[in-house]
Amino acid sequence: MAMLSVEDLNVYYGSIHALKGISFDVNEGEIVTLIGANGAGKSTTLNTIAGLLRPRTGDIAYEGESLVHVPAHKVVEKAIALCPEGRRIFLNMTVRENLEMGAFSRGGDAADETMEKVFQRFPRLKERINQSGGTLSGGEQQMLAMGRALMSQPRLLMLDEPSMGLAPILVDEIFDIIKSLHETGTTILLVEQNARMALKVADRAYVLETGNVTMSGSADALAEDDRVRQAYLGG
Amino acid sequence: MGFLENLINGVSLGSVYAIIALGYTMVYGIARMLNFAHGDVIMVGGYVSFVIASSMGLNPLFGILVAVIVCTALGITIEKVAYKPLRQSASLTVLITAIGVSYLLQNTALLIWGANPKVYTSVVAGWPQLQLFDGQLIISAETVVTICACAVIMIAMVTFIHRTKIGKAMRAVSEDPGAARLMGINVDSTISITFAIGSGLAAIAGVLLCSSYPTLMPTTGAMPGIKAFTAAVFGGIGSIPGAVLGGILLGIIEIFAKAYIGTQFSDAIVFAVLIIVLLIKPSGLLGKYVPEKV
Repeated sequence: MAMLSVEDLNVYYGSIHALKGISFDVNEGEIVTLIGANGAGKSTTLNTIAGLLRPRTGDIAYEGESLVHVPAHKVVEKAIALCPEGRRIFLNMTVRENLEMGAFSRGGDAADETMEKVFQRFPRLKERINQSGGTLSGGEQQMLAMGRALMSQPRLLMLDEPSMGLAPILVDEIFDIIKSLHETGTTILLVEQNARMALKVADRAYVLETGNVTMSGSADALAEDDRVRQAYLGG
Repeated sequence: MGFLENLINGVSLGSVYAIIALGYTMVYGIARMLNFAHGDVIMVGGYVSFVIASSMGLNPLFGILVAVIVCTALGITIEKVAYKPLRQSASLTVLITAIGVSYLLQNTALLIWGANPKVYTSVVAGWPQLQLFDGQLIISAETVVTICACAVIMIAMVTFIHRTKIGKAMRAVSEDPGAARLMGINVDSTISITFAIGSGLAAIAGVLLCSSYPTLMPTTGAMPGIKAFTAAVFGGIGSIPGAVLGGILLGIIEIFAKAYIGTQFSDAIVFAVLIIVLLIKPSGLLGKYVPEKV
């Protein structure tokens, strides 16, 4: 049985039909990526799983349990974390406070231990521990956003456009981190516009177009597919 | 000596505005709404402590405690019944509701306690005055207590929002409610706690206000409420030090305007200062504008 199973999900923004019955699975231990153009519904999908949006119909099953009626602040307790698009770190709070917020639903001592682990992965954050989030560079903010998501010790980590707006060298660094998180057993659902990089790290991929899944398969196969190459990999 | 006396009176009046403004600014910072009924919670606090201390003859300190409890419960109830159902509505809808709640509180007080002003007995009645410079400068116990209360409350609030888990959650919600929910923070209960704190502070402000200005009527809270709102905007709405600075400056301006320009003009001058500050610095004195990095 899949760890996460999305079934015929329909989501509306007012009268706009944003997700038109999409279905996909994520198995434990996989990196699955959703690729597609702007407005295809990638972020909407992640926000709906995280509980920030409510689907009109359809189901999201996580380890056999439906998430559809679970409020966002309870979803994180199920070891699902979303690192949102645009990072959305707390700019007026320090690096330490941002990380503490990531562990909000957990006890204090456990959080300290996890924070040490996050600092091992992102040493730059430790140097900036008492700086406010707004003073960090774009790359550091992305690391803080990922570190904050890791503070809840997720088994399923959802990353929404982690490479957006970053210099190429930082993009490589972020993808290295994604790979190493995967190696330590975290299941990852990745949304990316940088389809080339996403398909390189992922096991499987789904292509979204205007709220529908139009293609799916192993990441390697999709990277070779002519239509995918033309539309998302620049020919 | 007159100058110093006016200054101290201004700081004292400003301290009351500051305590009220804290409630406005915290609720605005977290729920992004202007709770225009906040001023009337002050009035309720005044009446409750009046009933306990003057009508029932119990210890005035017990009166303060009961007033804080009643107002805290009132604040939570108002939020649950009147504002929470409108969480997704336009801000104008919420604003009009808040004005409605304000009139509801005033008229309920009118039904219970009548229109005749009550003469409020100061909670520190009989406490010694402070005499300085061979008795040339007399500072009342009310003034001393009000200023100290404001200082203690401000330090307590700043400590609370920076050091406690709930306080940090409040800051997170105020910055980005959606991201706060992703962290596992229950935004609804955080808003509830904010209303509880703001309303509890309003009760204390009510007691202090009525102790210095002992006329208690159903509309007693309205004008200080508006001025404290002005103070919160003046200092930078959403900012706790801003609310205190704005409140104290507003109190000083009001007392100086009364003393040196004229009683009739004082309110006009207070609001004129607000307009000037907002023209020069739209975010208020300590209001922050944080540019977003992409």
